Amino acid sequence: MSLFQYDFMLRALAGALVIGLAAPALGIYLVQRRLSLIGDGIGHVALTGVGVGLLLQQSPVLTAVIVAVVGAVGVELVRERGRTSGDLALALLFYGGIAGGVVLVGLSHDSANANLTQYLFGSLITTTRQDLTVIAILGAAVLVAMLALRPALFAVCHDEEYARVSGLPVRTLNLVIAATTAVTVTIAMRTVGLLLVSALMVVPVAAAQQITRGFRSTMAVAMGIGLTAAATGVWVAGEADTAPGATIVILAIAAFLAVTVGGATWRVLRRHIPAERPAENGEPPDVVLQEAGAR
Amino acid sequence: MSVVSVRHAAVAYGGRTVLRDVSLKVGAGQVVAVLGANGSGKSTLIRAILGLVPLADGEIELFGTPQRRFREWARVGYVPQRMGAGSGVPATVGEVVSSGRLARRGIFRFPGAADRAAVRAALDDVGLLERIDDPVSTLSGGQQQRTLIARALAGRPDLLVLDEPTAGVDVASQEAFAKALAGFVERGGTVLLVAHELGPLEPLIDRAVVVHHGLIAYEGAVPQPAGHHAGPHHDHVHPHATPEQPRICVAPTDRMPAN
Repeated sequence: MSLFQYDFMLRALAGALVIGLAAPALGIYLVQRRLSLIGDGIGHVALTGVGVGLLLQQSPVLTAVIVAVVGAVGVELVRERGRTSGDLALALLFYGGIAGGVVLVGLSHDSANANLTQYLFGSLITTTRQDLTVIAILGAAVLVAMLALRPALFAVCHDEEYARVSGLPVRTLNLVIAATTAVTVTIAMRTVGLLLVSALMVVPVAAAQQITRGFRSTMAVAMGIGLTAAATGVWVAGEADTAPGATIVILAIAAFLAVTVGGATWRVLRRHIPAERPAENGEPPDVVLQEAGAR
Repeated sequence: MSVVSVRHAAVAYGGRTVLRDVSLKVGAGQVVAVLGANGSGKSTLIRAILGLVPLADGEIELFGTPQRRFREWARVGYVPQRMGAGSGVPATVGEVVSSGRLARRGIFRFPGAADRAAVRAALDDVGLLERIDDPVSTLSGGQQQRTLIARALAGRPDLLVLDEPTAGVDVASQEAFAKALAGFVERGGTVLLVAHELGPLEPLIDRAVVVHHGLIAYEGAVPQPAGHHAGPHHDHVHPHATPEQPRICVAPTDRMPAN
C-alpha cells in the first residue's frame, strides 16, 4: 500500500472510484435500451472536443463535455425519429468525431503524439487537483441524477410507449440520459480513456445481471463491481506498472467471467440439492458476490 | 360527458390511409370492444386515442378535454399487446408494476407506502402477488400479460385501454384477466379494448365496434359467430398458435401477417 503515500496516487484512486461508481449507474439504462455501444460513439465525438480545447488553449475536459453533450443530444434526436438511416447518421457522427479530433489535436500547439494517447487510453496519474474537482462534481451529479430518477428512467427504458401514455416527459428523460452519457464519457476520459470508457459502463452491468433478479439489485451489484474493479485496478497498475485504464477494464471483464462461471456453477449445484431450496430468502447470489467483492 | 370521444378521426402512415372518418364515443362505466381483422386499423384507433399516433384529421377528447391539452394521464391505464422484448437487464414483477404508479406520483418522488400497497393490490387482483419478487423473464406469456394489466391497475385509473390483451394467452391467464377486468368494471371503471376475439371477456362487453378497412363497419351488441366461423370444424389459425377457444370472429377478408 506504500504507493498511496503519494498524492498523485491518491488523486488517481479518488478519480477512478468516482468513475467506477458513476459509469455502471448510467450504463444500466444504456444496456436496458440496447445502446451498449453508445458510450463508445460519444467517446469518439468527445475527442473533437479535446481537439477544440487544445486548439483554443482552453481546458480540454470542459470543451469535451460541451462537444460530447451536443453530439449525444444529436444522436438521441436521430434515434427518436427512428429512421432507417439513423444507423448511418451515427456512423458519420462517430467517425467524423474521431477524425476531427485527430486533425484538431494535430493543429494545436502542443501536438505531441503522447497527448492524443493520454485522452484515448487514459492518464490517471497525471490527474491534477483541479481535474479531480471537476471529476468529483460531475460524477456526483451523474450519480444523483441516475439514482433519484431511477423509477422514471426505468419506466422509459423498459417501455417507452407506456411511459408516454403515463404522461412522463419521455423526451426530456431521454435527453437527460444522453447528456449524462456525454458527461460520464468525458470525466472517464482521464481514468480509462475515450476508447475504453464504454467498458466501465457496460461490463459491470453485464456481470451483475448474470446473478441478479431485479433492476435495483442489478444496479447495486454493478456499482459494486465497478467500484471494486476501479480500486483494484489502480492498485494493480501501481504495483505492476501497467496502464491503469486498461487494467481496470481487464479486471471488470475478469469479474464478468468469474460471475458467469460462478453463477452457472451455483445453478448446477442448486439443481443437484433439491431438498434445500432457498426460495424465500430473497436473492442469495448477490450476497455471495458482495462478499467476493469485499475481499 | 364521454370518457372517450373520437370525431371523424383519420390516420395515415407514410401516405397510406389506415383510418378514415372514424367516430366513437365511450361513456363512463361502459365496456367497449373494438373488433376487426388483423390490419383493419383497430389497434391504430386506440393508439391514436392514446396519442401514440398523430391524427391526420378529426379530433379526440379524453374526459371532455381535447387530447392535445389532456394532462391527467393518471386517469388512463394502458395495457399494451405484449411486454417489450427483454434486454437482459432483469426486472422483478414488482418493479414493472411500480411503473404504473409514476403517473400519479410524479417522477421526482420515490415510492411510498401508498405506492407499495397499490402495487400489491393490483398484483393480487390478477393473481400474481406471490410472484412479486420474481424476474418477469421467468413468467409465462399469459403471466406477463397479467403483469401488464396489474401495472395499469396500480395507477388506479378511471379508463383502461387494452390492446389485444388476450392474444396468445393461456386459458388460465385469460380467466384471471377477465376476473381482474370485471373487478375494475364493478368499481365503476370504463374499458376500451381491442380484440381479435373475446373469449372469457365476452360477458363483460356492453358494446362492440367493428373496424373494417379503416372505417367503422358495425356498432352494437357483440356479433355472434356466423358462417363457417361458427361451424364446429372451423379451424381458427393464428400467427401466435396457442390453444384458444374461438368465440367470435370477424370475417378476415384482409388478413395480414402479425407484425
